[in-house]
Amino acid sequence: MTTVHLTVNGRPYELDVEPRRTLADALREDCGLTGTHLGCEHGVCGACTVLVDGTAVRSCLMFAVQCEGARIRTVEGLAADDGTAHPLQDAFSAEHALQCGFCTPGFLMLAAGALESDPEMVRDDERLRELLTSNLCRCTGYEAIRRAVEAAGQVSMRDTGATTRS
Amino acid sequence: MKPAPFEYVAARTEDDVVAALTDGHTEVLAGGQSLVLEMNYRSRRPARLVDINRVPGFDRLATGGDVLRVGPLVRHRAFEGDAVPGPLGVLLRRVVRHIAHPPIRARGTMLGSLAYAHPAAEWPAVLTALGADLELAGRDGRRTISAGDFFLGPHTTARRPGELLAEARLTLLPAGTRVGFAEHRRTHASFAQLAVLAAVTLTGGHVSAVRVGLVNAADRPVRAHHAEAALLGRPLDDAAITAAGQAAGAQDADPRDQPYAGLDYQRHAVAVLTRRALAQARDEG
Ligand SMILES: Cc1cc2nc3c(=O)[nH]c(=O)nc-3n(C[C@H](O)[C@H](O)[C@H](O)COP(=O)(O)OP(=O)(O)OC[C@H]3O[C@@H](n4cnc5c(N)ncnc54)[C@H](O)[C@@H]3O)c2cc1C
Ligand code: FES
Ligand code: FES
Repeated sequence: MTTVHLTVNGRPYELDVEPRRTLADALREDCGLTGTHLGCEHGVCGACTVLVDGTAVRSCLMFAVQCEGARIRTVEGLAADDGTAHPLQDAFSAEHALQCGFCTPGFLMLAAGALESDPEMVRDDERLRELLTSNLCRCTGYEAIRRAVEAAGQVSMRDTGATTRS
Repeated sequence: MKPAPFEYVAARTEDDVVAALTDGHTEVLAGGQSLVLEMNYRSRRPARLVDINRVPGFDRLATGGDVLRVGPLVRHRAFEGDAVPGPLGVLLRRVVRHIAHPPIRARGTMLGSLAYAHPAAEWPAVLTALGADLELAGRDGRRTISAGDFFLGPHTTARRPGELLAEARLTLLPAGTRVGFAEHRRTHASFAQLAVLAAVTLTGGHVSAVRVGLVNAADRPVRAHHAEAALLGRPLDDAAITAAGQAAGAQDADPRDQPYAGLDYQRHAVAVLTRRALAQARDEG
């Protein structure tokens, strides 16, 4: 067993894990944060996507022991402390961007990482489409997801004072 | 599935890495975007991993003179921006967008891709066609091998057990070099079925230097010498481009039979993609 110190959604954790524990399993089993889903464990589906130090990555393809000192964000950390939904969550709801919801945490974190580093990316249709090819959804089709991320991006741009697309 | 148990070592220096690798049972953990998924399948069960993610300086991506030096922790993503100058930067930028998708590119590394030597990986063919040098570090010191001699077959390279792939060195392409890349794949995020890259220099309207590389068209990455010969000394017109495509498909490619693609189909597709890569080089530079 190895002891790992990491922060998840602002809260510090000290975990005793075997080196073979993936970050995804550490979040689910050791932190009790089951919002991060596991589909394929091969890096293909993206259900396990979380932010590690601000970057969206596959938590099934990283070991928890690699995350010493890292800041992790999961879907549980998106809403504000008082429960107010994140603009992405509002937009996914408004645009019907989910049905069964299995893929949703992964899409939300994929989009959160991209919008936080550059909300203007939603103005570039090609970049947005390319981003969304990262993850799989077997229910909705991708158009509703695309619209939701675009809408949330417009909100972030407004909040950060950037001009919206006319 | 879950990986089999292993021991974990987080290296802090290159010496730590090389020392850890000498036991013959230890593997390098770079981006993990191929190794961890194979461990999840349990198709690989290394007894020990040496993690290179915290070795200072391993993420160096530097240009000195006309040489680009790539360290073992330079992620695919590093090539999406304008870090690499000139036409080489344009080529790498065009290619990198075909490698997996953003979350994989945020972790996976160029050198990891070379070490893994997946037959459909893009970087091995790029470095082979451009004549890059690869530096390996082992217990007995360092050695340099050209990319063309490094790849021996699917997932098979000249890297000896215990060696770290320490650096890739690419010569910058001279200003005015025109580059192109064309890939055929089933979905945006799939591995390539086939791909072709080209770098062409024109002098006085005629091809004075050219490199053409083929991805997944043989048991290893191919530098398409016959296609290059069909272009040298000629204007980069439709006739020369067609002849180069023909040569690439008929002579340079050495495809394996695949369940979804017979040999004739693959040779034909190589010819088409070679034409597209060359046309992009001519028309978009
Ligand atoms: C869903 C998905 C799609 C993908 N699509 C593509 C694609 O379209 N094109 C493509 O090219 N790749 C693709 N990949 C693979 C990806 O590019 C990997 O990043 C790459 O193959 C390996 O790099 P890595 O840094 O992740 O290496 P790792 O997974 O860490 O290592 C791979 C192997 O190389 C060895 N190794 C790594 N670095 C070194 C080194 N410096 N010295 C010695 N040995 C080393 C390891 O020990 C291991 O055996 C995809 C992967 C996934 C999960
Ligand atoms: S579970 Fe990680 S990508 Fe599918
Ligand atoms: S909503 Fe069911 S998989 Fe996406």
